[in-house]
Amino acid sequence: MAAHTMAPVFPRVSLAERPDFSIIGEIVQPGSRVLDLGCGEGALLAWLVENKQVLARGVEIEAAQVRKAIARGVSAYQGDIDEGLADYPDKAFDYVILSQTLQETRSPLQVLKEMLRVGRRAIVSFPNFGHWSVRRAMLFTGQAPKTKLFPYDWYNSPNIHFLSINDFEDLCRTSGFPIEKRYFLSGSTRVGTMPNLLAQTAVFLLG
Amino acid sequence: MVVETKSARFDSIALDSGATLSPVEIAYETYGSLSADRSNAILITHAFTGDAHAAGISEETGKPGWWDNMIGPGKAFDTDRYFVICSNVLGGCQGTTGPGSVNPATGRPYALTFPVITIRDMVRLQRMLIDSLGIPRLLSVAGGSMGGMQALEWAVSYPDMVLSTIPIATTWRHSAQQIAFNEVGRQAIMADPDWAGGDYYDTKPPARGLSVARMVGHITYMSDESMREKFGRRLREKEKFGFDFGVDFEVESYLRYRGNQFVSRFDANSYLYITKAEDYFDLTNGTGRLAEAFRKSDTRFLVISFTSDWLYPTYQSQEIVRVLRRINGDVAYCDLQSNYGHDAFLVDIAEQTEIVRGFLASTARMARAA
Repeated sequence: MAAHTMAPVFPRVSLAERPDFSIIGEIVQPGSRVLDLGCGEGALLAWLVENKQVLARGVEIEAAQVRKAIARGVSAYQGDIDEGLADYPDKAFDYVILSQTLQETRSPLQVLKEMLRVGRRAIVSFPNFGHWSVRRAMLFTGQAPKTKLFPYDWYNSPNIHFLSINDFEDLCRTSGFPIEKRYFLSGSTRVGTMPNLLAQTAVFLLG
Repeated sequence: MVVETKSARFDSIALDSGATLSPVEIAYETYGSLSADRSNAILITHAFTGDAHAAGISEETGKPGWWDNMIGPGKAFDTDRYFVICSNVLGGCQGTTGPGSVNPATGRPYALTFPVITIRDMVRLQRMLIDSLGIPRLLSVAGGSMGGMQALEWAVSYPDMVLSTIPIATTWRHSAQQIAFNEVGRQAIMADPDWAGGDYYDTKPPARGLSVARMVGHITYMSDESMREKFGRRLREKEKFGFDFGVDFEVESYLRYRGNQFVSRFDANSYLYITKAEDYFDLTNGTGRLAEAFRKSDTRFLVISFTSDWLYPTYQSQEIVRVLRRINGDVAYCDLQSNYGHDAFLVDIAEQTEIVRGFLASTARMARAA
């Protein structure tokens, strides 16, 4: 009977699907409390539960993705990031993660403040609008860039804010968000120099 | 899977009203088998007019259970993995002691001398059953509508006995609109002369009143959209209006049929008592402080609502979810898209199955890891 011999509910999770996930996987300490904002189908949280034994919570607005996250065992709930954080008490989590979603939120500054209220640390990753491919696309076409990094047409893009690494650093400075660590990636390769030009993805650890 | 309804009997039960009921009987069914370490038991709690026959084919009637699409081998509540229990509620009329049961003190049915009961009383009796089955802790308590109220009550009253709770299409306290519909049903029954102050067991039951109550109920279980799809303005076996007060429309015929059918299986006094228990239901006992009610509980929650459910609307589930978030509880929540209204949890089950299955499996996994 079965409760003991049950097959694993979800197949082994791979972090390969998103390069920033492996950085986040590196940052998060085992056994910590993690809230993933815009958790999608819960791939990152499922990986963290399996490999870091974290206490995982996720928020996702799309019902279909919430269903998949719950189906793989993640405590995800359907809700809006911009509103959803308000319910949590201060420092309810060790990490609040916003992976590739900052540019989709209505009020990014408010979300970042709330993340640092609700979490002891915040992990923020985003696609870098300062990347050379974006600059080149704009320079040569004179149109809203449609690149590998920003693959949408302007009229149906979920991205409503565009920010570069330098923009984010500026915001952290002026808003007093302490940057503990920064990671820059091109594909899954770390970028050392000139990140604002060469990095496709940035991951910041705040707090 | 042919199943048999069993019965357990206890000397007495103390009720919220202060009254004591003795003895008390509870009808229940079980599916699957209890694991050696007794860790795989799930209690299914039924909605208002449900019964203990949740799954399989009844040995007695040959009919499938009311949640047979959700409970069974390979289904959401997978009886190859879990030991599933469902019992008829206190105050009911399908095997558990209720107003239609014989009062041993008088040798006659209780009728209105039956004490008023609460959702917590129903849960207290279920707890006695679970204890008697030798189950120390339930992997989950799951139910829709009034079943969801019982599931929530389990998490609050016996937090150490429930690892997880799945309240579906439900509320943490009955709203004015919900009380209003229940009151219409009760008034329909009590306005029927055959009700006779509840003392009709030797004569004929208040069939007209009970049937009207059920018709109103059925309207609230559907949605404007599902009724439009199912009936529209289609006429019943005629091309033109009858210009009389017989059945013209399909929807009239359907409601009359449902009403009449209900009379043969449900006791009017049980209708009064159970709706009253629903109306009294407030997880906070009137304080409104839901966070305090949940604070004792480490239970995991999977809260489910349906987009077209206007009887137990989405906002009521979201209130539960928000409060659980506020106390940093473990809660998963999804508002499932469905046109079936409140009935969705019984009929529109593909997506519900997907999330219930994953949630139960992860709860079992956590239990093993702990």
